[in-house]
Amino acid sequence: MVAPHPTPAELDLLRWIPFLPLLGTVLNLALGARLGRRAAGWLATLAVAASFGLSLYVFLELSATAAFRDRVYTWIQSGSFRADLSLQVDALAAVMLLVVTGIGALIHLYSIGYMGHDEDAVRFFAYLNLFVFFMLLLVMADNLLLLFVGWEGVGLCSYLLIGFWYRDPANATAANKAFIVNRIGDFGFILGILLAVTELGRGGVWTLDFAQMQANVGLLAPAKLTLITLLLFAGATGKSAQIPLFVWLPDAMAGPTPVSALIHAATMVTAGVYMIARLHFLFALAPLTLSLIALVGGATAFFAATIALAQNDIKRVLAYSTVSQLGYMFLAAGAGAFSAAIFHLFTHAFFKACLFLGSGSVIHALGGEQDMRKMGGLKPHLPRTYWTYLVATLAIAGAPLTAGFFSKDMILWQLFQRGWHGLWLLGLITAGLTAFYMFRQLFMVFHGACRAEPEVRARLHESPAVMTVPLIVLALGSIFSGWLGAPDYLWGSRWDAWLRPVFGGHPAGEHGDLGAEILTTLLTLSVVAAAIYLAYLCYGRAAAAADPLSTLGAPYRLLAGKYYVDEIYDLLFVRPFTAISRWLAEVCDPGLVDGAVNGIAAVARGLSEAWRELQTGNVQHYLLGFLAGTLVLLAYYLGRI
Amino acid sequence: MVPLPYYLLLSAALFAIGVLGVLVRRNLIVVLMSIELMLNAVNLTFVAFARFHGSMDGQVIVFFVMAVAAAEAVVGLAIVIAVFRHRQSLDPQEMQLLKW
Repeated sequence: MVAPHPTPAELDLLRWIPFLPLLGTVLNLALGARLGRRAAGWLATLAVAASFGLSLYVFLELSATAAFRDRVYTWIQSGSFRADLSLQVDALAAVMLLVVTGIGALIHLYSIGYMGHDEDAVRFFAYLNLFVFFMLLLVMADNLLLLFVGWEGVGLCSYLLIGFWYRDPANATAANKAFIVNRIGDFGFILGILLAVTELGRGGVWTLDFAQMQANVGLLAPAKLTLITLLLFAGATGKSAQIPLFVWLPDAMAGPTPVSALIHAATMVTAGVYMIARLHFLFALAPLTLSLIALVGGATAFFAATIALAQNDIKRVLAYSTVSQLGYMFLAAGAGAFSAAIFHLFTHAFFKACLFLGSGSVIHALGGEQDMRKMGGLKPHLPRTYWTYLVATLAIAGAPLTAGFFSKDMILWQLFQRGWHGLWLLGLITAGLTAFYMFRQLFMVFHGACRAEPEVRARLHESPAVMTVPLIVLALGSIFSGWLGAPDYLWGSRWDAWLRPVFGGHPAGEHGDLGAEILTTLLTLSVVAAAIYLAYLCYGRAAAAADPLSTLGAPYRLLAGKYYVDEIYDLLFVRPFTAISRWLAEVCDPGLVDGAVNGIAAVARGLSEAWRELQTGNVQHYLLGFLAGTLVLLAYYLGRI
Repeated sequence: MVPLPYYLLLSAALFAIGVLGVLVRRNLIVVLMSIELMLNAVNLTFVAFARFHGSMDGQVIVFFVMAVAAAEAVVGLAIVIAVFRHRQSLDPQEMQLLKW
């Protein structure tokens, strides 16, 4: 097959974008111990930063054509089926590249400061680079099989990094949970891939190449298409932490904070959204799946936001916030607004990375404390952290002219415009909840009186520059990244124009009712403003001894207990499973399996005991045997004659 | 001339006595002698058939058998003496060292 666009010679450098972080991993594993922790950190950071430079170059070159390809080699060739190790950058992949390498590089830089004291920092940076490598492979893959390699790779790296401090059993458990829950989704994903390839093969096209799949999507029967997309979506619910497979993400907080930032902002959880956007030509033809995606996304956004209201762990609030924001992205994708979904992914990467790294800075300053009830009043001690945190909080809450405002508004407006009024309302309420819990966190951490232990308070310090510079860059991004996708009543969206070659759509854009758009925006803004004011009333003024929400009683306990989803899963799946396992181990295995094995052995032993008696060692007995045998044979032959 | 079946019957009787001796006697020397008896029974058969058929083939075989039997007796007696020196007994029932 000829690439749709002849590959310019200079774009053989596409392969260097994922290769550099891989090289960083290899170098760090080989030489890291000799280089020392700081040098290892800089090496890893430079590898990703160089990737970012290349991505930026590709991005700038890209504006001329629709896609670059770099075929490294033919990976699988079997009959008419063929899969290449082939990288591709189109408008969508370019955006993701910038997010993964750009945010990733900042997180690497930050980690030099954050993980500098950890004795295993070299291993940490090797994993971190590997994570970026697999994510880049996922993003740049031009076929579904290669995407799956990246998909599994990020799963592996998340496992390695969540369980980075493996000596603590709780961390190992969290890593296992992330891995196992993802496996469940991946099972659906791989079934979807297999079904897609066999169904296309039935039509005579054996391919997993995205461009060819898109060209031949007409070969798929609608029922099969729905099934394929449902299975693929199952994979996305695992990776992107949607209902029902979101339980791993909050537990993933066990890993070091930069890892959380990487997982939540630049890699891993965005994979599901990216995959659906990448395969939008399949999903767009399956209205049933799209509705389900929208419903799951809306429900996830709302439930996770309510859970976040009552959490006291600073990172856990952010984790549920991520689950909730990912719900928004799926909401947009389900409504068919793939470009809005990717836009929210893009802006979310900035402010969520900023928030996580900011929380890391707070935890760092407090010597490892993560409970927000033991914080408060940190604003004068951590000025740079505070201001960047404030910006990111405003952005995620959707304050006007911040990135979150534009992207969230785009999603809500698309929902409203496309007639999803119920889900639009849910999204609106969720926006209010988001603003409330984020400002609750801001007030609890930075305002009021300090509730930290005196000796901790004495050692409070702002983080070093390697940690605060990324924060400042991300805070700037939290504002300005959204300006690319401004609504029509401001200066119009450049975003949709950029992604139009991928997702299609009308060149002029769907100009809706400007008045209605402004009206819905004002409605959203007033809900958000009310929520922020409410958060101020509850948490902002005096340092309340108890959480004002706890006066709600039972509903509060339900939220604080995270709807007991983990407990329900425990009851429904884990316990029956362990019970069956125990039965197998204690009854079935010793009784049935060992019984059969030992029984056969016992029979053999009994037979040999009997047989052994014949072996007297006495020559005369043996001779008697000979004689008897001879006589029998003689009798037999004589009888025959 | 004595008819052939008489020779054969005598030979069978001698052979049976030899077999019985090998199977039941408790003395290795007697066992060896019983083996000689069996060999001689067979020799008798050979000679009888040779005479009956007017051919010398059977008589030639007898010489071979006697030569082998003599050699066997030499080796056998040597073993018997060695066993007796070693164990002060010639009872084959006690020689069970090769039991499993």
